[in-house]
Amino acid sequence: MSLSVLLSVNGVAREVALDDPRVTLLDLLRERLGLTGTKKGCDRGQCGACTVLVDGRRINSCLTLAASCDGARVLTIEGLAEEGALHPVQEAFIAHDGFQCGFCTPGQIMSAVGLILEGHAGDDPERIREGMSGNICRCGAYAGITAAILDAERRLAERNRAEAA
Amino acid sequence: MNRFDYVRPATFAEAIAAASEPGAAYLAGGTNLLDLMKGGIVRPGRLVDVSRLPGLGAIEWLADGGVRIGALVRNSDLAHDSEFARRFPAVAEALLSGASAQLRNMATVGGNLLQRTRCAHFYDVAGACNKRAPGAGCEARGGEARNAAVLGWSEHCIATHPSDFCVALVALDAVVEIAGQGGEYQVPLEDFHRLPGETPGQESVLEPGELIIAVRLPAQAASFSRHARYLKIRDRTSFAFAVASAAAALRIEQGAIAAARIALGGVAPKPWRARLAERALIGVGPDRTHFDRAAEAALADARPSGDNAFKIELARRIVARALALAAAGTPARLPALPGSPFSPVAGVLHV
Ligand SMILES: Cc1cc2nc3c(=O)[nH]c(=O)nc-3n(C[C@H](O)[C@H](O)[C@H](O)COP(=O)(O)OP(=O)(O)OC[C@H]3O[C@@H](n4cnc5c(N)ncnc54)[C@H](O)[C@@H]3O)c2cc1C
Ligand code: SF4
Ligand code: FES
Ligand code: FES
Repeated sequence: MSLSVLLSVNGVAREVALDDPRVTLLDLLRERLGLTGTKKGCDRGQCGACTVLVDGRRINSCLTLAASCDGARVLTIEGLAEEGALHPVQEAFIAHDGFQCGFCTPGQIMSAVGLILEGHAGDDPERIREGMSGNICRCGAYAGITAAILDAERRLAERNRAEAA
Repeated sequence: MNRFDYVRPATFAEAIAAASEPGAAYLAGGTNLLDLMKGGIVRPGRLVDVSRLPGLGAIEWLADGGVRIGALVRNSDLAHDSEFARRFPAVAEALLSGASAQLRNMATVGGNLLQRTRCAHFYDVAGACNKRAPGAGCEARGGEARNAAVLGWSEHCIATHPSDFCVALVALDAVVEIAGQGGEYQVPLEDFHRLPGETPGQESVLEPGELIIAVRLPAQAASFSRHARYLKIRDRTSFAFAVASAAAALRIEQGAIAAARIALGGVAPKPWRARLAERALIGVGPDRTHFDRAAEAALADARPSGDNAFKIELARRIVARALALAAAGTPARLPALPGSPFSPVAGVLHV
């Protein structure tokens, strides 16, 4: 059975022919498009390493069939920086040591971008931690991650104010 | 994962026809189905992808004050719909206590109702399981029973239904709308899931090919909005299934309880409505003695199914505490840690 999926990945239109409908969005990104920034941790929805944004919402790409994403807009860690400048969430993760080994980090950052877009957590650290509970960090960098997200929210608000002015 | 055919129907009729073939399964958010397929626990020969089927994605307010939730509404969209959360706060809290933000963005209303058990032996394809293979036996008997049932179980299966959402829904008299080859019909959620008896593989009233199209909550369910909570004990503060949970909703008039709704999760093969406990509260004051008595009634028929007698006392305490929280009043804003007994004291950070 052959299927063809049309996706926008990090702003670039990609048409991928699938020889097998079993391909997940995660495997499509990593194995077919060479975008290995998105990580495979558990492959079962339990760790968040595979988090990407689909049509602006954070999801687990390991539990998503590529075929059911036909027509979708996908944003991965590779698409976050603009014209070589890191995204404020990326900058904040570096500034606050939001990682150690770095394996969970692309998923943490994409999840944080999703969380900020959702707008439910605000600047409450407890709500941020709860909203990030789908991303496990085996190195235990949680304190840095929470601090980074609080800071990124400030950076983004400043950037928006500067752009509005 | 087994090989399968993938089809994406454009209409209900096409979907139902495609899913009525033996071995076919609907695919909605995929968060449970793909997990089970990766483990080889289920092996559908055809996936009927309804995730973008038109007409199933709306939250509709009915003229009588009830609400009709399309089967494809995502768990996060429902929980964060401000009107929905205002009228049915315990349902929103239950939804937000489940899974993770990513999974809730994917998981649908219909899929949540039909998610399978988290019994460890159900997942272990090398072991015996009557749910997977009728007549094979049940490895959970005498095995790992921490998440097994203390109510409603049978000798053939002691597994629990893991949903949080369903617990709050069943407390509030939700109704499931179903479409099949014979037309459309509806069933109270309380009668939608089946007890295991001798056939634990048959988990709901659905016949092959039947599609959940919506879940409805009656207007009356909103009359509890000022006193409604969901409380869930887990092995970690967030992103874990319930060891035991309870939804509690009260209508308090002139200092006495005029109506009560109680349901339990994590302790039975289906979302468990505790009607006797509800009756025990009618006309009495909202105080600890009466809540303890209601909790006794809720667990009166409970018995351990293995090394899990602790869950009976745990569930009693959860029911009493959920009632006390409900009586104290629905918080103006959902707590930072939905459903958690460890919600922070103001100013103290939970680490
Ligand atoms: C790591 C992890 C943690 C989780 N934690 C929790 C938790 O704490 N609490 C909780 O409640 N849940 C939890 N879940 C479960 C999650 O809520 C369910 O997987 C989800 O609700 C299923 O919805 P879905 O749309 O993804 O269903 P799918 O996986 O697409 O489908 C599930 C089943 O329902 C059938 N189906 C789907 N839609 C329909 C329909 N409209 N009509 C007929 N049949 C249909 C499918 O054929 C399939 O059999 C967790 C899941 C994971 C992976
Ligand atoms: S409790 Fe039920 S699901 Fe678990 S092994 Fe026994 S039969 Fe299977
Ligand atoms: S790899 Fe997807 S959640 Fe772990
Ligand atoms: S930085 Fe190592 S797992 Fe998070």
